[in-house]
Amino acid sequence: MSTKSAQPHLLTCARFALAFAVLPLGKGSTLEPAGLAADRVATLFWVLTIGATVIWLVVVGLALYAVSASRRPQSPRGSSLLIVGGGVIFPTVVLAGLLVWSLSMLPGLLAPAPAGSLEVRVTGYQWWWRVEYLGAEGATIELANELHLPVGEPVELQLESHDVIHSFWVPALGGKMDMIPGRRTRLRLEPTQVGVYRGVCAEYCGTSHALMSLVVVVEERQAWERWLAAQAQPATSPGEALFLEQGCGACHTIRGTAADGALGPDLTHVGSRASVGAGVIEADVPGLEQWLAKTAHLKPGVLMPSFGMLPPPELTALAQYLAGLR
Amino acid sequence: MTPDLPEANESLLSTVAAPAIWAAHFLLSYITAAVWCAKVAGADGSLVAVQRAISLYTVLALAAIGLIGWRAWGRHRLGDSPPPHDQDAPGGRHRFLGFAGALLSGLSALAVIFSALASLFFGSCR
Repeated sequence: MSTKSAQPHLLTCARFALAFAVLPLGKGSTLEPAGLAADRVATLFWVLTIGATVIWLVVVGLALYAVSASRRPQSPRGSSLLIVGGGVIFPTVVLAGLLVWSLSMLPGLLAPAPAGSLEVRVTGYQWWWRVEYLGAEGATIELANELHLPVGEPVELQLESHDVIHSFWVPALGGKMDMIPGRRTRLRLEPTQVGVYRGVCAEYCGTSHALMSLVVVVEERQAWERWLAAQAQPATSPGEALFLEQGCGACHTIRGTAADGALGPDLTHVGSRASVGAGVIEADVPGLEQWLAKTAHLKPGVLMPSFGMLPPPELTALAQYLAGLR
Repeated sequence: MTPDLPEANESLLSTVAAPAIWAAHFLLSYITAAVWCAKVAGADGSLVAVQRAISLYTVLALAAIGLIGWRAWGRHRLGDSPPPHDQDAPGGRHRFLGFAGALLSGLSALAVIFSALASLFFGSCR
C-alpha cells in the first residue's frame, strides 16, 4: 500500500479512536447488563466461561498426569471408564444441558412485547438511525440517533433499513437484530436500569460503519414522558432564515419551519441530543461548527456536503441556531 | 482366522450413511420450517405442524441410524483381528470400518436429537 493511500486510512482510524475516546455516549458493554435480555446473555457467558475454565483445567491436569504418571500398567477397566465417562457421557450431558438451558431462554426473549407497549420504529441509513415514536392515531414523533426509553417496561422496536443491511445492537440492553431492506424485523428490549447506553451498528454497512452510534437514554417514566412531550413540540429557536437560505431544508426537517426535507435526520430538537453525525461530535456550538465545516472529514463518505465555504460568522450563526434547537 | 467377510469390497458407504442421514435430517427440518413460515403460516404463524413434521423426521432418522449402527457393530464383532485394527489386511479393515460406522452412528443419533430439540422450544414463526 502506498503512503498516499495509507495516510487517509490512518487519519480515519485516528478519528474513530478519537470519537470513541472523547464522546461520552454511554456504557456499551455486554458484561455490564442493564436490560433483561443482556442480563441473560451475560449470565450464560459467565457460566460458560467459568465452566469451560474448570473443564480445561481438568483436561490439562489429566494430560500432565498422563505424561508424568508411573509406567506401571493402568487397569483396563478404569481406563475404559475414563474414556467412556469423560469422553462420551460427560460432554454429551453437559452439551445437552447447555443446549436446553439456552434454548429455553429464547422464546421469552423473542416474544413480542405485550399489546399496548411502547412501539418505536428505527430505520437504518448509511450511517445514521431514524427514530420514530409511533403514537396512537398514526402520529409519529421523529428524531435521529437517539432513543429514550422508560425503565422497567418492555419496548417493541420495529427495525427497517433504507439502503443496505444494518444491525441494531445496544450491548448493555439486549441482543442484536439485523435491519434488512424491504423487511421489517422486531426486537424486544426491556431496560432494567436508568442510564445512558451506547448502541452500534453491528453489521458492516459501508465506509463510516464504525461511525454509526446510537445513544439510548433509559429514564424514569415521568422524565421520559416529559422528554417525549418536548420532542413532540415544534422548534422554538429563532433564526431559521440562514438555515433555509443555505438550502438545508431540502434534506432536513425542522418542524415549525419551512424546512421539510426527508432525506436526512430530523433536526427539530438537534440541540438536545448528545451528538451529531451519529456519535461523531458533540451537538454544541463548537461541535456543530466543525460538523458543518468538515462534514466529510469527520465522517468519510457521508451524503451531506460540507459547508466550509461559508464565512465563519455565518457558520457560527448556523451552529448557534442548531444548538439552540433544544 | 478371519471368517468369510460378507461384503465383496471394503465399501465406505456404511461409515458415511449415518452422518448423511444426520445432514438430510437437518436440511429437511430447516427447509420445512422455512417454507412453512414463508409460504403457508406467515410471519406470526404457528409452528405446531412443523414440530410434528420434525418429530416424524427424527423418529425415522433415529430408526435408520439405529439400524446402520447395529449392523456396523455386528461387523465390528466379526473376526478376531486385534485392535487397533490398523493391519493392512481384510480382517483389520473390516473390523475398523465396523467400529468407525458404529461410533459415527452414535454421534449422528445425538446430533439428530440436538437438532430436533431446537424445534420443541419455538411455537411460532416469529
